[in-house]
Amino acid sequence: MNPFDFITQTLRIAVPYLFAASGGLVAERAGIVSLTLEGFMLSGAFSATLGSYYSGSAVIGVLAGAAGGLLFGLLHGIATVRFRADQVVSGIAVNLLVIGLTQVILMLLFDSSSNSPRVEGFQAGLSGFGDPLVWMGLASVPVVAFLLYRTPFGLRIQAAGEHPEAAASVGINVRFVRYVAVAISGVLAGLGGVYLALDQHQFTNNMTAGRGFIAIAAVIFGRWNPWLAGGACLLFATAETLQIQLQGVGGIPSQFIGMIPYVLTIVALAGLMGRAVAPAALGRAED
Amino acid sequence: MSAHPIRMAGIDKSFGPVRANRAASLDVAPGEIHALVGENGAGKSTLMKILGGLVEPDAGTVEVNGRDVTGWSTSDAIANGVGVVHQHFMLVPTLTVAENVVLGNEPRRGMLFDRTRALTDVNALIQKTGLVVPADRRVSELSVGEAQRVEILKTLYRGAKILILDEPTAVLSPPDVRELWTVLRKLRDDGGTIVLITHRLDEVIDISDTITVMRAGATVGRMTTSETTPAEIAKAMVGRDVALSVPGRETISGPGATADRPSSAAGALLLEVRDLSVSDSRRIRVVDGVTFSIRAGEVLGIAGVEGNGQTEIVEAIAGLRDIAAGSVVVSGHDVTRATVKDRRAAGIAHVPEDRHRRGLILEYSIAENLVLGAQDEFSKRGSLDGARIDAHAREQIAKFDVRPSTPAPAARTLSGGNQQKVVIAREMGRSFTVLLAAQPTRGVDVGAIEFIHRQIREARDAGKAILLVSAELNEVLALADTVAVMYRGKFAVTMPASDATPEVLGPYMTGGNSRDAA
Amino acid sequence: MSESFRLRAEEALLPSIVALLIALILGDVLILMFGESPAHVYSRMIEGAWGNPYGFAQVLYKTTTLTFAGLGIALALRAGLFNIGAEGQLAAGAFGAAIVGISLPAGTPGLVAVPLCLLGAAAGGLLTGGLPGVLKAKFGAHEVIVTIMLNFVVLALLNWLIVERLRTADTLHTPEINAGAVPRLSEFIPAFHGSAANVTFFFAIAAAIWCWWYLFRTPGGYALRATGLQPDAAEYSGIRVGRVWIKAMALGGMLAALGGTNFVLGYKHYYEDGFTGGSGFLAIAVAIVGRNHPFGVVIAAFFFATLSQGGLAIHALVPKQMVEVLQGIVILAMAAAVPEVQRALRSARKVVAA
Repeated sequence: MNPFDFITQTLRIAVPYLFAASGGLVAERAGIVSLTLEGFMLSGAFSATLGSYYSGSAVIGVLAGAAGGLLFGLLHGIATVRFRADQVVSGIAVNLLVIGLTQVILMLLFDSSSNSPRVEGFQAGLSGFGDPLVWMGLASVPVVAFLLYRTPFGLRIQAAGEHPEAAASVGINVRFVRYVAVAISGVLAGLGGVYLALDQHQFTNNMTAGRGFIAIAAVIFGRWNPWLAGGACLLFATAETLQIQLQGVGGIPSQFIGMIPYVLTIVALAGLMGRAVAPAALGRAED
Repeated sequence: MSAHPIRMAGIDKSFGPVRANRAASLDVAPGEIHALVGENGAGKSTLMKILGGLVEPDAGTVEVNGRDVTGWSTSDAIANGVGVVHQHFMLVPTLTVAENVVLGNEPRRGMLFDRTRALTDVNALIQKTGLVVPADRRVSELSVGEAQRVEILKTLYRGAKILILDEPTAVLSPPDVRELWTVLRKLRDDGGTIVLITHRLDEVIDISDTITVMRAGATVGRMTTSETTPAEIAKAMVGRDVALSVPGRETISGPGATADRPSSAAGALLLEVRDLSVSDSRRIRVVDGVTFSIRAGEVLGIAGVEGNGQTEIVEAIAGLRDIAAGSVVVSGHDVTRATVKDRRAAGIAHVPEDRHRRGLILEYSIAENLVLGAQDEFSKRGSLDGARIDAHAREQIAKFDVRPSTPAPAARTLSGGNQQKVVIAREMGRSFTVLLAAQPTRGVDVGAIEFIHRQIREARDAGKAILLVSAELNEVLALADTVAVMYRGKFAVTMPASDATPEVLGPYMTGGNSRDAA
Repeated sequence: MSESFRLRAEEALLPSIVALLIALILGDVLILMFGESPAHVYSRMIEGAWGNPYGFAQVLYKTTTLTFAGLGIALALRAGLFNIGAEGQLAAGAFGAAIVGISLPAGTPGLVAVPLCLLGAAAGGLLTGGLPGVLKAKFGAHEVIVTIMLNFVVLALLNWLIVERLRTADTLHTPEINAGAVPRLSEFIPAFHGSAANVTFFFAIAAAIWCWWYLFRTPGGYALRATGLQPDAAEYSGIRVGRVWIKAMALGGMLAALGGTNFVLGYKHYYEDGFTGGSGFLAIAVAIVGRNHPFGVVIAAFFFATLSQGGLAIHALVPKQMVEVLQGIVILAMAAAVPEVQRALRSARKVVAA
């Protein structure tokens, strides 16, 4: 395989990670735990499939997918911000709910328990770079970095995640900031799912297959910094490309390459590579 | 007559069963520095939170510049020029000084945050006010004094004309305090109005023009600083003729308390602390080479402004904090590296300063709390011995007069005084040789205070060594044989209680007479 | 019944009831979307789960795994730690039991073989639960993330072991165990014929009783709960918080891991890749709805097992994944209801007291 193909394949694999990690980063920096990324992605993938199926337009699919991510982002927001539900528990519930709902609706609409009919996607071309979602995914990292560090709202997100009382004391509506942040994370992670569904031209059950958790791993391994998290996504995608390329070659078993993101995250959390410091108010309900 | 900047009347506020304010009032004239004084828990902070829009009053009216603003929000308060400098800093450590100052009110260029202008604006403000801080540094890298300057800058940036400062000097060094006074006077002279919450009389005399005194949630006095004396203010604060002019111990400890004080030279050395140093999480020495020893039948009282290392010294002796250097010896056994459990076995009993965080498991019953730390001894063949735990509880409840007098209720449901009695009963109801008593009467009612003081005296008479740490100078003077004043991690002075008076100790508490003062 | 007991019971039970009611209402809406009558669907569900011996036995089978895993999560939660790793712990336990069972010579008496297999399972849980405990105690690594990540690592590792080392041809499972199998319940109650329910069900009940005894009747449990409620107070009293964390995670991991024996010793007699099928995650719901009380866990496990078995019976009317949706709603409602109900109860009491 030539280097160009290797790089393009790595980038394509990285796209859903980049979307989801960027989204997760926004929510976590605002103080909301992002175990929900898997659910947001799956919901995005499913909604995009429905949108594209009924309109015949991939663009409508993208919009529908974003809306699907947004919907569950807001659900997580209402549960954790309004009702102060435990953020970890709410995250698990949202994931379960999406897995169940996508299957139930799949049954209801298409009478299938496994996959949707073929839907319209983008003309990706051989390298895959004809797909605008690839470019959007690559852009999501600078966009989120820009949002966090260059806009007034980014400052407020950081304040809400580090010291919500301080933010509230200068008149910032911490609840509103957290709602918006978790909504943004829903939309971005949803777009990660959209890319998967439209790239494969259909929705299949549980098609995100744990990618949301790899995205969380990237956020933590990237120490809650958008650029480092983006780098972690690329690193994990490289490992995955290697895994695909090396299959059957012998050497390292594919399962071990698949473990890389998870092991690295555990190592990072244990502080063996310098401390990974989470936003101080992460997981804490604002009151 | 021009409208008064602040006029609060008939303010009531309860938090659950606690009545923080009852018919409290405050009247501040334009262009003055107004001191709001009172003991811990007198309701000063609550009143100011109501003014700042953080808390809504149950009853009463708040007027700012002649307009009724009762029940307004934080943002309303900010928009109308009322700024609060909180006791606990409200700063985001990961953001820079300039970012913290403009947060919530950011200068924009289009939809972007204009960082350059934020820096220019904040630097201009620093120039104008003399509140010197590096504007582009992260707040996490600042000293405490600098962080407080950022807090004041924050309110001024928002155009505050009425500035409320909650215990601003609790964490400051004397030079920082002097600088703060200069800044506040300048702000006043530029037409600002300043309310200073404090319980330190020297500050009140130093800086204020007028004074409002609060006690038990109510406003009990209003005076002009130039026409009053510290003794008069203190009398209003405490509600009786005590605090400063006569030795405090007589009044608090009751008749005969000092007369039967035994000579302290006789007993055996029970607690020896040598060159003890403790660092905080930022590796700053909070206890710096402290040496002392306590004999059987002796009470060593540590006085001082809170936050000068008192908490850390007690926690280090109790085994709750790492000891950076030095040693702790209990009855001849070196426990410097011992676990909490081993220290307890060596004879340490510990009444912690924060009973809600450390002293009690609030969800546990009275009976369960009374065996906290001794749960292994109250078991039989691997199971907790319920009958013995219950009997033990009934015995201690009777002995220490805990109410309600049944073992079952959760500690959470008790009053502060009774919660403290449970802690005292557990710690002093078993055999011990050294008692660490940190703020033993904080937040408890008068009856419980007297009860707890009696317990401490009885322990002393029974030959225990007692280390008493209290923010209430009167309490230290009433109970201690030897008094030490802690200032910036060191003992600024140690003297026999018979020589100690508030007048003598006061300067040491603020670093004035200390040889170590920087 | 004393007043304080009544208040505590109210606070413990009300959120679960509120959450179940919310789930019931939303479930109705979903069922109506399929043009079915909720009453009909629910009665079919109950019928399928409890209306015949086979269905009921299957409920017991599912209750067993969920009880073990739910206990493992509840025990850690009592120490203030969120163990999301039950999925991996179940698998590791099943694998450990299978390895021991395969290694033993055929004909090893059950009284020797079964305890050894249980030990093998427990060892798997000790490793997978203990590691996050140690990382938490020594390095402050957040146990939620570590246990989640560890799930993937454990499953990948086991997958590799099966594929590369232990596979029976053309399958994704190990060879059968030679010893350590336990009888199915149908051997004693013939009406249960065909069901996988087995003797490990009683092990699960015994584990719940042991958990209750440990948590509420021993000094170790006293220290564990104290640590979960107020770590600073526990530390102050001489309890070594880090050790309690390690112990709670290790014990929790072992309990969850024992759930794997239900499948290996009681049902298939081999370890199979992917047999857990999300039970480890569902067990989080079990622990939460059971309010972290061992007996509450058993009841909640029975409830979720009923839902899942009942889901099979209604498949003709509505998709069986409805059940997953309901589970998600129950957890979400539960998480939202706990703080809300507590606040409501406390303020109501204040009014009464005032």
